[in-house]
Amino acid sequence: MIKTRATPSPVKTGAVISAPVLPVDIRVAGLCKSFADTPIFQDVSFGLPRGEAVAIVGANGTGKSTLLRCLMGLIPADSGSVDVLETDIVNARPAALRATRSQMGLVSQKHNLVPRLSVLSNVVQGLLGQRPGLRHWSQTFAPAASRDAAMAALDKVGLAHLASRRADRLSGGQSQRVAIARALIGHPKILIADEPTASLDPAAGEDVMELFFSLARREGVTVIFISHNIDHALQYGDRVLGLAGGKLGLDARADSLNAKQLRGLYD
Amino acid sequence: MRNNCGAFMTDMTSPARFERPSALAFLGYAGAIVIILWSFAGAGFSVDKVISSPPRFADFIDRAFPPNLEPKVLARLGWKMLETLQIAFAGAVIGVILSVPIALVAARGLIAGNWVNQIVRTTLGFIRAVPDIAWALVFVVAVGLGPFAGMLAIAIDTIGFCGRFYADDMEAADTGPAESLTATGARKLDVVACATIPAAMPAFISTSLFALEKAVRSSTILGLVGAGGIGIELKVGFDLFDYPTAMTVILMIAVVVITIEQFSGWARTKVIGEQR
Ligand SMILES: Nc1ncnc2c1ncn2[C@@H]1O[C@H](COP(=O)(O)OP(=O)(O)O)[C@@H](O)[C@H]1O
Ligand SMILES: [Mg+2]
Repeated sequence: MIKTRATPSPVKTGAVISAPVLPVDIRVAGLCKSFADTPIFQDVSFGLPRGEAVAIVGANGTGKSTLLRCLMGLIPADSGSVDVLETDIVNARPAALRATRSQMGLVSQKHNLVPRLSVLSNVVQGLLGQRPGLRHWSQTFAPAASRDAAMAALDKVGLAHLASRRADRLSGGQSQRVAIARALIGHPKILIADEPTASLDPAAGEDVMELFFSLARREGVTVIFISHNIDHALQYGDRVLGLAGGKLGLDARADSLNAKQLRGLYD
Repeated sequence: MRNNCGAFMTDMTSPARFERPSALAFLGYAGAIVIILWSFAGAGFSVDKVISSPPRFADFIDRAFPPNLEPKVLARLGWKMLETLQIAFAGAVIGVILSVPIALVAARGLIAGNWVNQIVRTTLGFIRAVPDIAWALVFVVAVGLGPFAGMLAIAIDTIGFCGRFYADDMEAADTGPAESLTATGARKLDVVACATIPAAMPAFISTSLFALEKAVRSSTILGLVGAGGIGIELKVGFDLFDYPTAMTVILMIAVVVITIEQFSGWARTKVIGEQR
């Protein structure tokens, strides 16, 4: 495994950075990842300016989730560089990595709430990156300011009335909204969502996407989301990245694409 | 492919009822039989004794029944049984509490590195390999005769059991919540406390109930080596040929152990059922 830091070359694939004054929140260059001897993707490069919403599309198993994990430093990349909010994720020391992650929020397909804990505790734990330690393990010990912040985040997703409900007693749509509240409580600069609607029925899925993007826009955050729903990708993404055959085969503005072109990626 | 008659040309002969073993399998069977016979010889298996034992056993039963149900004896044995349960419970609680931090460093990929995991797991394996009664002997030497030695033996036995199985429980727990908390920038310790342990909690409770059952079973015989509890009454009963009292002790142990197993089974379904 070689850890080369690719020279900060200008991003190759269609880097249409519309307004150059905006800071680039995420810059990925020459990223390669394989598991054991199975290559997942090679030479993935792109850059995302602040406030842009990017959809990642691609068939199952093309490595979309793996790419997101590399972005957050949850798994190591083989080679290439990832810079998020001016931090070199590949070479960052643990403390710097945690500091960067604390400015990101993750919403995943399975919601990943901690079962058996209350909804409020789950949301309070979203602050652990910024306020480590015992007091944010549970709403019981949390400082009043954190509890208020959690209630405010729950209110934004319309679930303040369920604050004391156990997390494993929620419907799918409700628990995904709690996961969004947990991701938002720390006011992240980047929101990442991995198939946020995959385990929801279509109506709940629409609600969650609507809510997620209205909040994301209000907070002016950069969004990366994976979706198998081509309409969602085109409707909510400013830009669409497509993974196919281990390469970033598509990087285009959403308004320049139509559904048929995207469907081609799944063949 | 079809033949003239239009039927598929499949081989219709059914397979043989018995397949002839390969030479290697045959050697394996022969070897196993030799080992079994050899073990019987080593265990002093004697047809004579098997034949002569039913009358002797009947004689023991005859002398042991009816069990000694004198109120004075029952009261004494009852108190002793209570002490036994106290030893089991106190030892199991201490063991369970100490097992959590030990399991945290024994679980692979959690907070400690591979080397530490391996060392801790090997140590736990050693603790389990030493029988509870041997631990009791060791603690009798260390802290003197009495229930405290028994409690320590139960505690260390529980650590050997729970330390290992808690670690397995945490390794098997759903990693999703832990990943989501890691993604918020949380420290490892916070992630373990907030996601891994709650996710493994039902398995922890189930494991702890097994540990309690095991502790109760162990505690009833610790008295044989002077480490407290009702076991001493069993020993004295047999030493003095007071078989009715010994029989009372055996029956009491059976009732208590079965009750604990029933309770633990009931509590386990409560916990697992509640989780879903
Ligand atoms: N931790 C891992 N170890 C080994 N292989 C993995 C691991 N995670 C994912 N994979 C494999 O990598 C491939 C890409 O997975 P993933 O990124 O989850 O795909 P996607 O999200 O695009 O459906 C899959 O074939 C998957 O089996
Ligand atoms: Mg995926």
